[in-house]
Amino acid sequence: MSTKLIDLQHISKSYGDNLILDDMNLYIRENEFLTLLGPSGCGKTTTLRIIGGFEKADRGIVCFDGQDISHLPPNKRQLNTVFQKYALFTHMTIAQNIAFGLKIKGKSKAYIDDKIKYALKLVNLDGYENRTPDSLSGGQQQRIAIARAIVNEPKVLLLDEPLGALDLKLRQDMQYELIRLKNELGITFIYVTHDQEEALTMSDTVVVMNQGYIQQIGTPEDIYNEPENAFVADFIGDSNIIDAIMVQDELVEILGTRFACVDIDFGTNTPVDVVIRPEDIELVAPEKGTIEGVVTHLIFKGVHYEMEVLANGFEWLVHSTILVPVGTKVGIHVDPFNIQIMNKPESEDEEVAVFDE
Amino acid sequence: MNKKKLWLSGPYLFWAVCFIIIPLCMVIYYGITDKTGAFTLENVLSVSTPEHMKALGLSLLLSLISTILCLIFAYPLASILAGMNKNQHSFIVLIFILPMWMNFLLRTLAWQTLLEKTGVINNILTFFHLPSLEIINTPYAIVLGMVYNFLPFMVLPIYNALCKIDKNVINAARDLGANGIQTFFRIILPLSLPGVISGISMVFIPALTTFVISNILGGGKILLIGNVIEQEFTQASNWHVGSGLSLVLMVFILISMVVSAILDKDGEGSL
Repeated sequence: MSTKLIDLQHISKSYGDNLILDDMNLYIRENEFLTLLGPSGCGKTTTLRIIGGFEKADRGIVCFDGQDISHLPPNKRQLNTVFQKYALFTHMTIAQNIAFGLKIKGKSKAYIDDKIKYALKLVNLDGYENRTPDSLSGGQQQRIAIARAIVNEPKVLLLDEPLGALDLKLRQDMQYELIRLKNELGITFIYVTHDQEEALTMSDTVVVMNQGYIQQIGTPEDIYNEPENAFVADFIGDSNIIDAIMVQDELVEILGTRFACVDIDFGTNTPVDVVIRPEDIELVAPEKGTIEGVVTHLIFKGVHYEMEVLANGFEWLVHSTILVPVGTKVGIHVDPFNIQIMNKPESEDEEVAVFDE
Repeated sequence: MNKKKLWLSGPYLFWAVCFIIIPLCMVIYYGITDKTGAFTLENVLSVSTPEHMKALGLSLLLSLISTILCLIFAYPLASILAGMNKNQHSFIVLIFILPMWMNFLLRTLAWQTLLEKTGVINNILTFFHLPSLEIINTPYAIVLGMVYNFLPFMVLPIYNALCKIDKNVINAARDLGANGIQTFFRIILPLSLPGVISGISMVFIPALTTFVISNILGGGKILLIGNVIEQEFTQASNWHVGSGLSLVLMVFILISMVVSAILDKDGEGSL
């Protein structure tokens, strides 16, 4: 797992005055499922297109298996892409679509026929050879796009928001399907998405990006439990991000109240951000909590109730399976290891993103 | 169709009946009757006379050549236009369409002035002691006129078809190992074919039936089937033969329309 299959070194890219990627360094190991995650415009798709060869970086190089491939056109690269809107060839049948890459490479008819059968079986669409892309549903077209890419036995499969156009249930099914495919084929996946749940479900490694900079690289658990800055904390799941002062090691003052925590090495009396996940907040009897508050909102979300608790002038977001009616006085308790301390943002891209919705 | 909305088509229906259906019926009536009103196929069959066959043959030949030339000019132009970004191409499309707003007759007359023996082009050539260009009143001038007048009708449908191709489909072909030439012949050309078909029929049919271009640039010496029909109506006052020949020409038009309808099933190439 340690070899660098793809190595991006000092990649920069801008369109006109618009800086998309700034001195990006990233490597992808063999057999890894790596996800580039971030809001639209963060540079994730551009990164993928640079790896695929559809865009040229202004500066920096792309290495594949130790060789600089920065100047190779897409058709000379040992990787295949599954495009956002499938990009199937509508003037060809399904079989012709899947055969396209193999025909170009001059494979024998018997080999191609075998491969078509194999690929259709792999994506659970046996018998669809003579259908046309237009006659398939979105999910089926997506599978064909995957089949068309994998018959070429690429070392790396690039996937550009492949599930973006599918509805929720189908998306979840396809997530499992993709994990299964990756395990069966043993190839490296580089996956682009803006959907944090998708990223956490499927990836070995998640790369969180914002405004052209990598914010954090880590396993899904790392990213979720130990976000490095406010942007990551906010983008991955719901969270309470609160101004605080790190009084000393293992003690943080949040909204004027001192909480025990497990973090060290932030110095003394340092301004920091703390992240507390809503499911990590326990609502207890008022006198038993660290601080006291009142429940102000309550929404039923299926698996849990989502509540807002006003305490020390801050609306705390709380997820709990136990219903606490609006207006109830409660105490807030957080276990020390559930308080995540982060340095204050040093630049705009590390701040909580504000989306117009 | 919603019955309540049917009356909205009333004005057009009235127009169509008065100026399309009735005249068409009259052409058919005149085409299959003689001066006494009796049924005859003589008018239609008169196409087989040598001079009529010659005119029809020349019409088919010249419109075919014009169509091919238009295609050769239009496809590269359309693909350059389609490859440009929005701000650039709308300006160039505008420049390109601008002459189309000028009257068709005016543009053809302008070519006559340009090509005349003592016209603008020859004046310039003589000034530089170059051999003069003597194509006025020849089939070359007619082809030139056809290509000039009908080129936009070839460019626009091809341009439309090319614009509709998703860039990622082209990227996908490249991604699967196709080089530029393979991508063009296997992906871009087949996907733009509806536009090509529609362009061909939009150039070929008007070129086949024109009599103005051949009148102005052919000096009345070169007869196309359109000229023959026109002369039957205006000079010979023989509406019967004129209509009979029109029916023959209509068969050719129908054939080319059917062919393009079959090749462009989804109507993708239509403007």
